[in-house]
Amino acid sequence: MSGHVVPVKTYVFVFLALMVLTGLTTGVAFIDLHAWNTPAALAIAVVKMLLVVLFFMHVKYSPKLTKMVVVAGFFFLSLLVAFTLADELTRNWSPRALDWSTAASVTHSPR
Amino acid sequence: MADMAAHNAHHGQHDAFQHQFEDMEQQRDAGTFGMWVFLAQEIMFFGGIFGAYIVYRVLFHDAFEIGSNLLNVRFGAINTIVLIASSLTMAMAIHSAQAGKKGKTQVMYLLLTVLLGVIFLTLKFSFEWRTDYHEHLIPGFGFVIRNAWGGAGIHVPLFFCFYFFMTGLHALHMIIGIPIILVIAVMAWRNRFDEVYYAPLEMVGLYWHFVDIVWIFLFPLLYLVGGRYLSNGGQ
Repeated sequence: MSGHVVPVKTYVFVFLALMVLTGLTTGVAFIDLHAWNTPAALAIAVVKMLLVVLFFMHVKYSPKLTKMVVVAGFFFLSLLVAFTLADELTRNWSPRALDWSTAASVTHSPR
Repeated sequence: MADMAAHNAHHGQHDAFQHQFEDMEQQRDAGTFGMWVFLAQEIMFFGGIFGAYIVYRVLFHDAFEIGSNLLNVRFGAINTIVLIASSLTMAMAIHSAQAGKKGKTQVMYLLLTVLLGVIFLTLKFSFEWRTDYHEHLIPGFGFVIRNAWGGAGIHVPLFFCFYFFMTGLHALHMIIGIPIILVIAVMAWRNRFDEVYYAPLEMVGLYWHFVDIVWIFLFPLLYLVGGRYLSNGGQ
């Protein structure tokens, strides 16, 4: 009748893994990995998140419906970030239009 | 409620069983599902400010690295450890209910969680933010742009706006969570939870672990990815 009971050993192991990863991400930040510092920090954060979600939050043992909601939550977050960056990072790819202050001094007459 | 309990006892059901469900398992799954829908909303709530932070970090990269290096990694790292430890004690509170331990054991773990949460908030407000104030790093409260920051200096306050907003919003979630944990600790003290019914414990646990996850991302994004390797420890 009761839900899946995660053994204490698993919780302690997950906690220790999270401690090691915290130490690792802090240590790695002080080493120059060139372009890879940010990806390394984010990858470690994602691993830590997965440990918390799967074990502390019991999603590993939850019904498929719950898993779907979790995945959907992070999927919509990725859409939010990806489409914002797709706009923001590609603005200089096409020739620049005059900005509003320059445009105003060229055609000053109100329409 | 008393009628419901009598009704449930008559049908050999648990006191906390609600009649619209097939059984306790379905009731539990429905609760977890609902809580995760709320948390999906929370992901988007924090996602907005995380997205804005990423965009402005790209636009004002140098200013954000200067700002990040002004934060104290020690506070960030210690608070990460404290908060993850509080997640462990929270998980143990639920585990002790699932394992059929007495309410007192659940209360002990819940109070440990609150204690660790209070330590986190004390470090954040009384030590970290106080230091930031004395170093004139709080926008709107005598922020001083230093000459050493060069041309990027005028955008350093923008980093600190994000820093205080993000850590503040995170802290607000903890300030909301702590009294909820205390209310549930009172319920646990009255032996309301056992191996069949522990839904409120599980729900507050999900909330607390979510707040932990937000910090797991805030710590590297604010404190670590600021070109720490360029300076001698960032201090």
